[in-house]
Amino acid sequence: MDNREFLLRRLHSLLGIIPLGIFLTQHLIVNHFATQGVEAFNNASHFMANLPFVIFLEIFVIYLPIMFHAFYGVYIAFTSRHNPGKYSYMRNILFTLQRYTGVFLVVFIAWHVFETRFQVAIGAAEADFNMMANILDNPWMFAFYVAGVLTATFHLANGLWSFLVTWGITQSEKAQRYTTYFTLVVFLVLSVIGIRALLAFV
Amino acid sequence: MGEAAKTVIFEIERRDSTETESYFEKFELPYRPNMNVISALMEIRRNPVNIDGKNTTPVNWDMNCLEEVCGACSMIINGKARQSCTALVDQLEQPIRLQPMKTFPVVRDLVVDRSRMFDSLKKVKAWIPIDGTHDLGEGPRMPERKRQWAYELSKCMTCGVCLEACPNVNDKSDFIGPAPLSQVRLMNAHPTGAMNRDERLNAIMGDGGLASCGNSQNCVESCPKGIPLTTSIAALNRETTVQMFRNFFGSDHAV
Repeated sequence: MDNREFLLRRLHSLLGIIPLGIFLTQHLIVNHFATQGVEAFNNASHFMANLPFVIFLEIFVIYLPIMFHAFYGVYIAFTSRHNPGKYSYMRNILFTLQRYTGVFLVVFIAWHVFETRFQVAIGAAEADFNMMANILDNPWMFAFYVAGVLTATFHLANGLWSFLVTWGITQSEKAQRYTTYFTLVVFLVLSVIGIRALLAFV
Repeated sequence: MGEAAKTVIFEIERRDSTETESYFEKFELPYRPNMNVISALMEIRRNPVNIDGKNTTPVNWDMNCLEEVCGACSMIINGKARQSCTALVDQLEQPIRLQPMKTFPVVRDLVVDRSRMFDSLKKVKAWIPIDGTHDLGEGPRMPERKRQWAYELSKCMTCGVCLEACPNVNDKSDFIGPAPLSQVRLMNAHPTGAMNRDERLNAIMGDGGLASCGNSQNCVESCPKGIPLTTSIAALNRETTVQMFRNFFGSDHAV
């Protein structure tokens, strides 16, 4: 098929929002239960971990989409020659940041999954409040997680903006400008939710 | 200031041919009021002596109209791609650094080969086929308001500045760049051109086409003619979204 690149790029854009963007939002909101205490977080975490068909939900809603998005995204990131120094326009800077945060997120998410979901899978740990409290006890790990949350919320918010352009929803310069403001709000709101949850564990 | 004659210093990235290594050569020219980069290059050509007082070869560059409508004299001036005919020396920081647009093959000094842009225009069928065996008469009328925005797109002079500014047009990618994409929107806006709109849309849905745009929007910031390139790209994104579904599910409105 000669339009394979077109379809892969569109798939990459779509998966970033549905399901990954929705999953990230849900994940941060569930984490936010930590601000209401140990029991509230453990109940929420328990509920998520015991959803029916959870392994299939994880495979089709998270693992497969995120692996495609990550690997194809790295390919996209490395086929650009970034020039925000010479052409330091806001959109070009965001374009560059989108690629840098994406590459960082591949590393962060790989580590995060290894440290949490993988340890649960091999029976070495249980996904509860204490697990996160232990991880975030280390100030370096806390900083790593803050960076992970902020890059993820940025990557989602800015990705939402380019999703709307890529699918031809925001065509006019005005629509694109207003969505910039909207995605800024998305970034701020999700960041506050994510950071508040992290602070609740320490 | 005042008593000493005012001069202008140029720093030019030169090379003798496509294969050879580039090097920088400096020139110091007498200042004249209202001079632009091209008149300075003409002065170097008239008297090819570099800042060390040594004779050198005249600097090669491309030019034609001298009024920013032909697109031939694009080069990188102090880091940014633009037309040298409208680059006024009074508005530039010195030394004025001139470099070729290395997104394209450099022929010599500041001369680049923009053939790939013209090849891309052929690839995306950026023309309106009207030839036939008999006179088809007048074409359909075009709404005046549509003509007005389409006219803006027709100002493209294939100068290559948007390709040079785009981070996704490079040696690692076969992206055709913003200029030929915008021409697809122009040709598809024309009532006769619209009779082949699906062919152009399918062409830009191929490899190196529309999907390679990463929305850095450097093109619209850099375009010397102020063409709304990113609006064109977003409009084509919408068109190709619909075209993609038409291709798969089938449609009587493919054209």
